[in-house]
Formats: sequence, structure tokens, C-alpha cells
Amino acid sequence: MIRIEPRENPSRAFAIGIPILSAVISLALAAIPLLAAGANPLTAYGEMIKGVFGSVFALSEMLTRATPLIFTGLAAALAFRAKLWNIGAEGQLYLGAMAAVAIGSGYLDAPGIVLLPLIILLGAGAGAAGMMAPTYLKVRFGADEVVTTLLLNFIILIFLQMMLEGPLQDPMGLGWPQSAPVLDQGMLPPLMERMRVHSGLIIALVLAAIAQFMLARSVWGFKLRAVGENAAAARHAGINVNRSLFGVAAISGALAGLAGVSEVAGLKGYLTSDLSPGFGYTGIVVAMLAGLSPAGVVVAALFIASVFVGADSMSRAMGVSSFLADLVVSMSLLCVLVGGFLAKYRILRTREAVS
Amino acid sequence: MTDSTVLRLNGLSKRFGPVVANDDVSLTLAKGEALALLGENGAGKTTLMNMLFGHYLPDAGSVEVADENGVLQSLPLGHPQAALAAGVGMVHQHFALAENINALDNITLGSEPLLALRRNRQAARAKIEGIIERSGLKAPLNTPVGRLSVGERQRVEILKALYRDARILVLDEPTAVLTPQEADTLFENIKAMTREGLSVIFISHKLREVLAFSDRIAVLRHGRKVGEMATADADEKAIARMMVGADTPKVARTDMAPGAPVLNLSGISVTGRSKRDTLKGVDLMVNAHEILGIAGISGNGQSALANVISGLAAPSEGHIQVDGIPVPKPGPAAMVKAGIGRIPEDRHHEGIVGAMSVAENMVIERLDDPEVQSRGLLRRDAIRDNAERLAQAYDVRGPGVTASSRLLSGGNIQKLILARVFERSPRLILANQPTRGLDMGAAAEVGRRLLEARERGAGVVLISEDLDEILGLADRIVVIRDGNLVEAGSHDREKIGLMMAGEPA
Repeated sequence: MIRIEPRENPSRAFAIGIPILSAVISLALAAIPLLAAGANPLTAYGEMIKGVFGSVFALSEMLTRATPLIFTGLAAALAFRAKLWNIGAEGQLYLGAMAAVAIGSGYLDAPGIVLLPLIILLGAGAGAAGMMAPTYLKVRFGADEVVTTLLLNFIILIFLQMMLEGPLQDPMGLGWPQSAPVLDQGMLPPLMERMRVHSGLIIALVLAAIAQFMLARSVWGFKLRAVGENAAAARHAGINVNRSLFGVAAISGALAGLAGVSEVAGLKGYLTSDLSPGFGYTGIVVAMLAGLSPAGVVVAALFIASVFVGADSMSRAMGVSSFLADLVVSMSLLCVLVGGFLAKYRILRTREAVS
Repeated sequence: MTDSTVLRLNGLSKRFGPVVANDDVSLTLAKGEALALLGENGAGKTTLMNMLFGHYLPDAGSVEVADENGVLQSLPLGHPQAALAAGVGMVHQHFALAENINALDNITLGSEPLLALRRNRQAARAKIEGIIERSGLKAPLNTPVGRLSVGERQRVEILKALYRDARILVLDEPTAVLTPQEADTLFENIKAMTREGLSVIFISHKLREVLAFSDRIAVLRHGRKVGEMATADADEKAIARMMVGADTPKVARTDMAPGAPVLNLSGISVTGRSKRDTLKGVDLMVNAHEILGIAGISGNGQSALANVISGLAAPSEGHIQVDGIPVPKPGPAAMVKAGIGRIPEDRHHEGIVGAMSVAENMVIERLDDPEVQSRGLLRRDAIRDNAERLAQAYDVRGPGVTASSRLLSGGNIQKLILARVFERSPRLILANQPTRGLDMGAAAEVGRRLLEARERGAGVVLISEDLDEILGLADRIVVIRDGNLVEAGSHDREKIGLMMAGEPA
């Protein structure tokens, strides 16, 4: 017989060790499909590491990949802390991106000092607006925000396609469903010469630091934690639970919107409907890996970006499918979730009692 | 041991990490005997019974149960099914009934094969009616359990155990939810059953009923058995001393003239989804220097009344005045601001945020206080100092003020809430079931604090299902029934009991 009992004192070393151990185990497990694909796992991992840390370019690519994941990871982590299950970061990302190109690709020909902050603000605002309807439905009617935010993603995606073949379409684009490019002065400046990593990363890191600080040290963070951990007690204590939910919904949506701004105005320069390879959903993975801590989000985003970029580079070098990267990411999430469970509970095998 | 022994617990021990819940407890139970298991909260009564019933696996010790022939057989531990099969039935404090199906089906639920094609309901009904006949445990069998009263539900639970041929019945605090009259009837029924040979263990911390209805008393303290005696030889003082390990602090209470009104409810109506959330145009006045006791059977509108006073429910009609000033837009924050201190009924669910620290929980009601925050940032040192001071003053014990509040025991959680409430010198205190589940020491502390507040000039609304508590503390008693309030006009236990049950006094 197997019993599950809560651990009395989950230690700190445990709390930090478990995610690291989980990451190692997930890499070990990923060796199985690698072997099946006919590659030597050790060489493969060697290629992965080289693909991430082997050169300044590799490192820059990894950081470029991590940037949107920090934004969407923060979006998920903050909302989840309030038990507001925002699964809609993908849609909010595209809302942010649409707002960025709507204002930034020629509609307003202002100097960069005006245009860039405006793009950022409007992008964040659009993401935030995308989170208002699901939150209102939840607060007013008890509609499950998992369903509403998730389904809204598809609606937004179709809306995006409509816009890209309509009002937002690039007149010079030969009929391709893509937007006109963001004006040069509206672009987020790159961080290094000839590298793709851009100042969106700095914004993401600063926001992560602010989120970490505010969550622990501000009245806003106090209320957010109270609402998330025990909404009934928070309400009883006089905290306006709905206001807290709307507040964090707006912030979560805005962060996801910024992911879109950062991709459009930092990297691609124009908007297509395949701007994001699921950054919104991967952000949920990042947030869970991070244990919903903003500082942890940065670490988890770097890890996941490394796996993706490393696996891409490995698949090119060794001729195996790059879907292995997805596999490693999903396995690491599973391992961490199982690990998190084991950190909180222990499983006891009890002897069958003799009668 | 005589041949009539039906149950023997031998040296049962159970630890939960550092906490010793039971330490080498041995007990015997004779056929047809009613054994009362007494002890403060946390003394290990429920843990002991859960080991007997197979919910917990003991770290050491064994259990023997008599079979049909009266021969003691060792019981496989950690298997509720084995305990059931051996004839041990348990009725928990929180009932485990399916509300949407009727009593008959609840009773037979689980004792029928899962894959049986047809059910022999006639036989089942006949058997249950036989049990009802013999025991006097009357319950309507065809009504969905959700529509039954608490007392009826409890009888269904007991019938469920008896239907499975329980020879040993364990009742965990059976009278916690009953009126005095219902409790008396229950014990009459139990007596009838023990005369038929049923053996009963009931857990309680009400001395009165233990002395009146048990044959033998066993007392647990800190997980150990500290005494055992025939009820005929027992006296109340001695048992109380045994339970607490010292004389119980006597609550001293002086008469006091009531002052000006501090809370005035006029024509308050609340439309709720059920009876428990409904108030029908009630008026209530509480004065300074006065403890007003609200007596009533659980689920008669106490929740609605408490929610109105604490600001959680907005009345559909009526006016609220605190200290003569109307509260125009009631809400929890507005009520706190108006000077109401609230001790919630469910301290785990509404009283604290378990994942947050003791210190944070102590300031959760005054987040806009400049002592707690400046410009939106928490003053963490001040919050910690405040908590250290309050923990000292209110004797909140635990792993420290920065630890999660869920690590505190029930009594210490309540002290945390008391500290939070009393520290602000509220004009009115709403104490909703403030001592439920507390040990005698912590309960006495609650009583002392309430009297202290009354002395200071606060008004107190004390909602309790424990009539003895109300009789001991309240200056004036109001009975709540079916969403209405009726002045009791006296401290007569019998009369109030009848009013609670809705019969003309």
C-alpha cells in the first residue's frame, strides 16, 4: 500500500535543489529519444551547450529567445499568484504587437523619444485591455477564466489575420499578410553590434526586479498574496478582492502585451501571424518552473531559452529533429511539477498489515 | 479482563513529525458500555479513534476487537474496511452524507456491491426500520439528506453505522451541533442501544453530558491517558483538573450597568440562498458595557447576522448604526473603520491567510495605517515589532512571527485574531463561535478578553452554539430562530432551549 503524507518541514535546500535535480533528470530522460533518433546523447548535449554558450552570437541568440519568455512568464506568474489563471498571454501578446505596429509603422511620424514610449505604452495597454473582459466575466458571473482567456487567444489570432489582410497590411508588401515595418526611430535599440539581442531584455529584467520587489514589499503585493492564498480571509479583512483581481489582470495582460511589443519593435520590425511560436503558452511553463517567483521567472526563462536554442543548434549539427527541444521543455516541466510535489509530500510504502 | 471485553487498544502511539499525538494509550471497552473519552482539543482523542478505525496507521501498538463469538481478534491496522468488517462504526464530527440522495440510500451506500444489477431495497428498509424501532433513532428515510436537520443527519449517520452491524460505535463530539434537548434525546437513544449490547465510545469535552450519560470516563492529556474512572465515582472538578492538568481559570465577572448603544440594527433583512443566510427584518441593539449572547441552533440565520455585522453581506433592507452614526455603505473595511472588531466563525478559512506570516496576518486589517506602510511600501520592521509585541501580550505561541500562520495551533490562531481585534480597542466586538474547537485554557482566555473589553466600555455580540458559554458570559440573551430574533428575557437554560427549538416557552 502506498500512502502520501505531507512533509513537516520542507527545507530550503530542498526547495532549490528540486528544480535543479528536475532539470538534470529531464535531460537524462531526453537521452532516450535522442538514442532512438540515432544520436549519441553526450555529443548531442555537447552540441547543445556549444549552441548556447559556444560564442557571443550563440549567447545573444539565447538571450533574444529568453526576452519574450521573461515577459510572458511574469504575466503568468503574477496572475497565478492571485489565483487568476490567465492562459491568454498568447492573445495578449498579439494585441500588444498589433498596437505597436498600428501606431509605430508610420501612423505617427514622431521622434523616437516620443514614439518609442508611446509604442510601449499602447502595447502594454492593449494587452491589459485584452484581460479586462475575462476578468469582468469571472468577477461578475463566475465564468472560468481558464476557458475564457484560452478561447480568446483564437479569437484574437483570427482578428489578427483579418487586420493583416486589411487595415494593418503593408501596402508595399506585395499582398503578403504582414504589417508595414515599424519606423526606425520606433525600434528598441539593439544591445550589441550585429547581434539580435535588444533592449527589450533590459526592460524585461527591470520589470522582473520591480515585480519581485513589489510582491514582497508593497501593500499591493501584500493584498495580491492575500487574495491568492485565501480570498475569503482577504475579503473578511477588508481587502477589495475584485479590485486586486482587476489590478493584477491589467498588469498581467500588459506584461504579455509587452512581449509582443518587444518581439515586433525589438526583433522582427514588422508583424506577421507567426510572430510568436507559442511564447504565451511557454510563459506558463516558465512561471510554473519558477515557482511563481518573478526572480525565478528570469532563471527559468533563461533555462528554457537555452534548451530551445541549444536543441535547435544540436538538431542542425547532428541531423535530428528539433522537436526534441519541445520534448525536453515538456519533460522538464513534468519533472519539476513532480519534484515540487515530492518536496511538499512524501510517499510512504507501508507494509501490508498482517491479520 | 472479563469475557465481555469487546475492544482492547494496546499501547497505541502515533507521532506526526515532532508532535506526539498519542503516546502508549491503552483502553478497554466492555459489551454494552458507554465510555466517554474526554480531553482538551489536541489531547489526541480523535487521533486515537482514527487509529482504531484504520484512518491512521499507529507507530506502535495493536488493536483487538471481539468477533461474533466474543473472542478478541487482532485487527489489521490501517484498513478502514477491516475495522468496518470487524464491527467498528464511526460517526465523525463532520458528516459524510450525500446531500442529494435520501437517507435510505445514504445508509445503504457503500455496503452494496458496486456491480450488483438490482438492489434489494425492501430488505434494506425492513432492516433499517427494525434498528429505528429498537434504538428510537427516528429519521425520515425518503427525504433527501440535504433537507434534514442537523440532528436528523446525525441520526442517519448513526443508523448507517448500525446498518453495517456495528457492535462498537464511536461518536466524535456528537452533541457539538445539537440543542440541549436534542442532545438529551440522543443520549437516551444511545442508552437504549447499549442496553441491547452495543458498546459506545463518545468523544466530548462537555463535562455535563459526560457525567450524565457515560458508564466510564477516560481522560487524555497531551496524547497520554492520564486517568480513568467509573462515572459513578467521578466529580466534575477532579475531571477538569485531570484534563487541563491544573485548576481551570475561573472567569470572573462583575455586574455592570449598560451604557449608550454602540450597535443598532433596525429592520435588517438579508435574502440568502438558504435558511442559514437569511434574516427577516430584525432589530438589535447592543450597548456599551454589555455582552449580548445570540443563542440558537446552528443554521438559523447566525451566519447572516454575523455577515451583516462584519460587513460581508449587504442587507437588502434596514439600517446599521455604530455609535449612533449610520454606516451608509457597509463592507468589511467600512465596518472595521466604524469600530467593529470581528472574530470570525471559521478562523482558518476567514480569520487568517495561512500561507502568510503571523506578523502579516496581524496587520491585514489595517494596511492603510501609516504605522504599517508608507507610500504604498510595507514597513517591515514596524510590522515585525508590532507582531513581537502582540505575540507577547496575547501569548501567541508558535515558531515565531515570521513563520507561516498555518503552523500555529487552533488556539494560537485564535489568539492571533484576538490580538488583531482587541489591539484596536473596537467599540463593538462580534465574536462568532469564538471558542469552538479550543481547549479550556484558550477558551477561558477568549472569555476573559471579552469581559475585559466589556469593562472598557465596548459592546459584544457573542454568537455561540454552546449555550453554557452564553449563559456564563452574556448580560442579555437573544434567541435566533428561522431568521428572527427573540429576546430571551432570562438566563433559564430550559426556557432558552425550548425557544431555540421553536416551541412556545
